[in-house]
Amino acid sequence: MAQQTPLYATHVAAGARMVDFAGWDMPVNYGSQIEEHHAVRRDAGMFDVSHMLALDLEGAGAKAFLRGLVANDVARLSEPGKALYSCMLNAQGGVIDDLIIYYLSDTSYRIVVNAGTADKDVAWMQARLAASGLVATLAVRRDLAMIAVQGPNARSKTWAALPGSEAASAGLKVFQAAAWGDVFIARTGYTGEDGFELTLPVDQAASTWAALVAAGVKPCGLGARDTLRLEAGMALYGNDMDDSVSPLDAGLAWTVDFKDESRDFVGKAALVANGASKQVLGLVLEDKGILRSHQQVFTAAGEGETTSGTFSPTLEKSIALARLPLGVAAGDAVEVDIRGKRLKARVVKPPFARNGKAMI
Amino acid sequence: MSNPTDLRYTASHEWIRVEADGTLTIGITDHAQEALGDVVFLELPEAGRVVAKEEAIAVIESVKAASDIYAPVAGEIIAANDAAVDAPESVNADAYAAWLFKIKPANAADVDTLLDAAGYEATLG
Repeated sequence: MAQQTPLYATHVAAGARMVDFAGWDMPVNYGSQIEEHHAVRRDAGMFDVSHMLALDLEGAGAKAFLRGLVANDVARLSEPGKALYSCMLNAQGGVIDDLIIYYLSDTSYRIVVNAGTADKDVAWMQARLAASGLVATLAVRRDLAMIAVQGPNARSKTWAALPGSEAASAGLKVFQAAAWGDVFIARTGYTGEDGFELTLPVDQAASTWAALVAAGVKPCGLGARDTLRLEAGMALYGNDMDDSVSPLDAGLAWTVDFKDESRDFVGKAALVANGASKQVLGLVLEDKGILRSHQQVFTAAGEGETTSGTFSPTLEKSIALARLPLGVAAGDAVEVDIRGKRLKARVVKPPFARNGKAMI
Repeated sequence: MSNPTDLRYTASHEWIRVEADGTLTIGITDHAQEALGDVVFLELPEAGRVVAKEEAIAVIESVKAASDIYAPVAGEIIAANDAAVDAPESVNADAYAAWLFKIKPANAADVDTLLDAAGYEATLG
């Protein structure tokens, strides 16, 4: 039986269409997915992301442990609340998960991981921690719910819904968080829009959600979350990368930090040895149809594959992220096999849309 | 929305209207459009195509996913609804008005094998 978030009853009462996502019973849409998408690009929408897992890592060895655990370098973080996006790799350089690490102090970090990989991640981290000999404890925070409020009016509507929160969060820069009482407010998201991700005790989730609805924030399902992140050119674990794909082949080289040559991290040797053999670019379908994941792409430089595809509500065209040969460049004409037909597509550099605007 | 009692249905969520001349007009049910979500693309069969019963002959794509549409009976395609192709969202607006294609059945009696509204609703559990 699928797990339920603290907002399950709220979603059902709102008439959400519930589906299984990574073992969780989640709302895919409440009404029109396209309207939910536009609400986020144009105004403010929110997502229950309580299926994702928050972890708290604390102890004298926390910083050293994370520097060896993930491919990005937490030594970049020195400002309290600052966030870092990173991949956690296996020894072969494949992506175990992509995650966000918030710096609280050199001895205290909050980590947010994907739902579908949460158990695997915790087991991996605990095993690495035990083997490292470093002093730190990893706490699983299933006592916390998460609500992502996204859109150009997301911050102001959050402040209207949660009186007193503005003082704690108005000064946050992008990718920075602060505590406001029991609520952890992060100026982060997965939509290409401004907004907050709120992490809060589970017993406050339903009342906070209701206050946000009253402030004019539209409940949005995972369907809109997927089209928004794809338009924003953001990778989805399990689609765009997994434990058999290197971040260098998944368009995530920018998240791998080789600067400190003395730093070793799991997977580094494999990344250095193998380098990049593919690249990730965007596709816009020029013929009629819809791009989906795992469709074959034919280019002048060889074959590639779509990793995520959908209909873009902002562009009103079909778009995809594709893993393509290194010789392909933005502007190239390619073909995609859709149900046995080769349809024309154009290569573009993602993102497709961000901050309410088409980018291509 | 309830399913009109003057139509016939399949377990794969097509509705079928038997016209006065014996031809069949086919669409997808309200339950199906609700499950699919926002419809953004239709690929319909061309007139003249001869189809077998339960053959996948059309594709409907929502933002979320692609689904096949099946021929409810054997026969020949005699028309496809270009207006629905140009406005796929019409399927969401009224699934029983947005017909997709018409079939001239090879055997008129095949229609009797299709579900009625109560039978279709029973398949939805």
